Amino acid sequence: MSVIVEGAVTGTPAPPRPRRRIDWGKLFTWTVLGWLFVPIVFMIAFSFNDISGRHNVTWQGFTVKWYGQAFDHADLTQALFHSLAIALLTMVIAGTIGSLLGLALGRHTFRGKGTTNLVMFAAICAPEVVLGAALLSLFLLMGVTTGFVAILLAHVMFTVSFVAITVRARVITLDPKLEEAARDLGAGPWTTFRLVTFPMLLPAIMAGGLLAFALSIDDYIITSFVAGEVTTFPLWIWGATRVGIPPQVNVMGTLIFAAGVLLAVINVILARRQASRGRP
Amino acid sequence: MTAITAARAPVATPAPAAPTVPAISLEGVSKTFRSGRETVTAVGKLDLTIEAGEFFSLLGPSGCGKTTTMRMIAGFEDATSGVVRLDGKDVTSVAPNHRDVNMVFQSYALFPHLTVADNVAFGLKRKRVPAAEVKQRVADMLELVELAGHAKRKPGQLSGGQQQRVALARALVNRPRALLLDEPLAALDLKLRQAMQLELKRIQREVGITFVYVTHDQGEALTMSDRIAVMNGGYVAQLGTPAEIYERPASRFVAEFIGTSNLLPGTVTDASSEGSTVRLGCGADLRIGETLDAGEAVDVTVRPEKIRIGTAEPDPASSRVPGTVADAVYLGSATHYTVRLADGTEIVVFRQNADDVTADAIAAPGSPVWLSWHPTHSYVLPENSGPTDATQGSHHRA
Ligand SMILES: Nc1ncnc2c1ncn2[C@@H]1O[C@H](COP(=O)(O)OP(=O)(O)O)[C@@H](O)[C@H]1O
Ligand SMILES: [Mg+2]
Repeated sequence: MSVIVEGAVTGTPAPPRPRRRIDWGKLFTWTVLGWLFVPIVFMIAFSFNDISGRHNVTWQGFTVKWYGQAFDHADLTQALFHSLAIALLTMVIAGTIGSLLGLALGRHTFRGKGTTNLVMFAAICAPEVVLGAALLSLFLLMGVTTGFVAILLAHVMFTVSFVAITVRARVITLDPKLEEAARDLGAGPWTTFRLVTFPMLLPAIMAGGLLAFALSIDDYIITSFVAGEVTTFPLWIWGATRVGIPPQVNVMGTLIFAAGVLLAVINVILARRQASRGRP
Repeated sequence: MTAITAARAPVATPAPAAPTVPAISLEGVSKTFRSGRETVTAVGKLDLTIEAGEFFSLLGPSGCGKTTTMRMIAGFEDATSGVVRLDGKDVTSVAPNHRDVNMVFQSYALFPHLTVADNVAFGLKRKRVPAAEVKQRVADMLELVELAGHAKRKPGQLSGGQQQRVALARALVNRPRALLLDEPLAALDLKLRQAMQLELKRIQREVGITFVYVTHDQGEALTMSDRIAVMNGGYVAQLGTPAEIYERPASRFVAEFIGTSNLLPGTVTDASSEGSTVRLGCGADLRIGETLDAGEAVDVTVRPEKIRIGTAEPDPASSRVPGTVADAVYLGSATHYTVRLADGTEIVVFRQNADDVTADAIAAPGSPVWLSWHPTHSYVLPENSGPTDATQGSHHRA
């Protein structure tokens, strides 16, 4: 410090030579981002790969033709349809049940609350292989035939905890005075929920639902146990690896990824708009 | 009116005035919270009557049960015992959305996802008021609270003071039988708080609705209220107008909680039906208007601004004690003295620096002075009144 002042007074230019330092924080950030995104970039890139044989593993030239032929494999299209249907239904069912569960856990004290929390946590922590095997024997025991309904039941089962935890986190931060204010102004319990509680929870409910959708659409392990004759998108790909994965898989993967990004962006924008407008 | 009655029924005794039904009455209301094995009695046994159109304050230190009392009126807490009446009607077990009172929350509790106008319209829409009327009343109310230009904003875009006024408008627009305000100004800074005190008082006069106002700020309660219930530990320590409570605190608690009080310990030496004489610790004798028991140890109280301070010996007919100035703090419009009596008791004196006060010879610490006041300004404080002995005027002992 004093050196610089002296230099300035005497007029001799003290050349500030900042040592080139490595910014570890930046480096770390970019490494992690690369780690996350390089596989996705490859997936997208190879959906434009102009291959001639069966194997889509070496870059052979650019084409968009696979997008035109995206639905040429009937069984792949069928598998994708199954996956989308199951994921959407899971989103709705697990979203509803999980939201109600999260609301109850965040707001009320009741007998069995601790157990419910524990079971939810266990459902998240349990290894999927174990869950899948257990679900299969349960379904066999109960006479539930493996297939579409069994997959849906299994997916709702393992995603509902994620929704509940997301919603519960929001409920806990919600000011109970808001609901009292609504009651005070003449709203009954249901109107209060519809006009105050639900709109305030909506971002969390949507985030939970999207999470359930994302977990469902790419689940392989649990699905493989209970799928029976039904093929989903991940199951089809796994089956195809032995004979060579067609670029259509990359095309569909890219489309699903794009749709996912779009939904996530919309959710963030909505949540942010509400937050910036709505802080009391 | 009376003339007509008299002409029609000349023989009948004058009909008693129709008893006005109080806006709110609490009859033996208590509230005990149970958390695990412990129980907390937040409110003891309250008997309160709040008249229609009154500005009524619940004043007391934090934790004395003010909020709980208010929440029982609004219906958010069930009374453990007793009856809550609104307009004479028993509403003890009526849900909050069916009680014709509205609350202004300390945290405002505005709906963050609704605009200011929608916040204010919330109650009217629940009552299915026609849309055109809702629009008109909301506009009028926003005009009243001076927020007409902010109808389209969200609460998050308003300042604390503006949010406070939205909360007020949202409650008032419903024209409830009573408005319940729980420390509504506590979150505002001093300047804004003082402005809002006057504003609230103006609005209350304009709309004529009963206000029940909870505060722990004695200045606020004195400024705004028609009547005050001073609460302590779940009980009403004193109920009265601001002047009654300030001039004649019913207990040591009230005397110390409201304003500044001097407490002079002494012993009753002489008692007759005209009054009593109390010998203070410093040896001076004081005449007291009340009839007391000779030999009793008592505390005499006198407010700092009632005391005259001077070097000349005062009229023996007045209450007077000699002392020494221990400290003098010049505050511009007034000077606050601390005067030490012979036995070490300290008395605080506030003197206005009016035009008759010249450059002060007596201000210097160490100088001997006389303190004097009119005998009616000092009186004996009863001990802190307990749960059963909580009525105003309990200091008049038989
Ligand atoms: N929900 C509750 N559960 C347990 N104790 C409570 C509850 N609400 C208030 N209390 C207790 O009741 C007493 C009075 O509280 P409150 O009415 O909020 O006082 P004030 O508003 O005068 O500060 C306090 O001791 C407080 O801890
Ligand atoms: Mg309180």
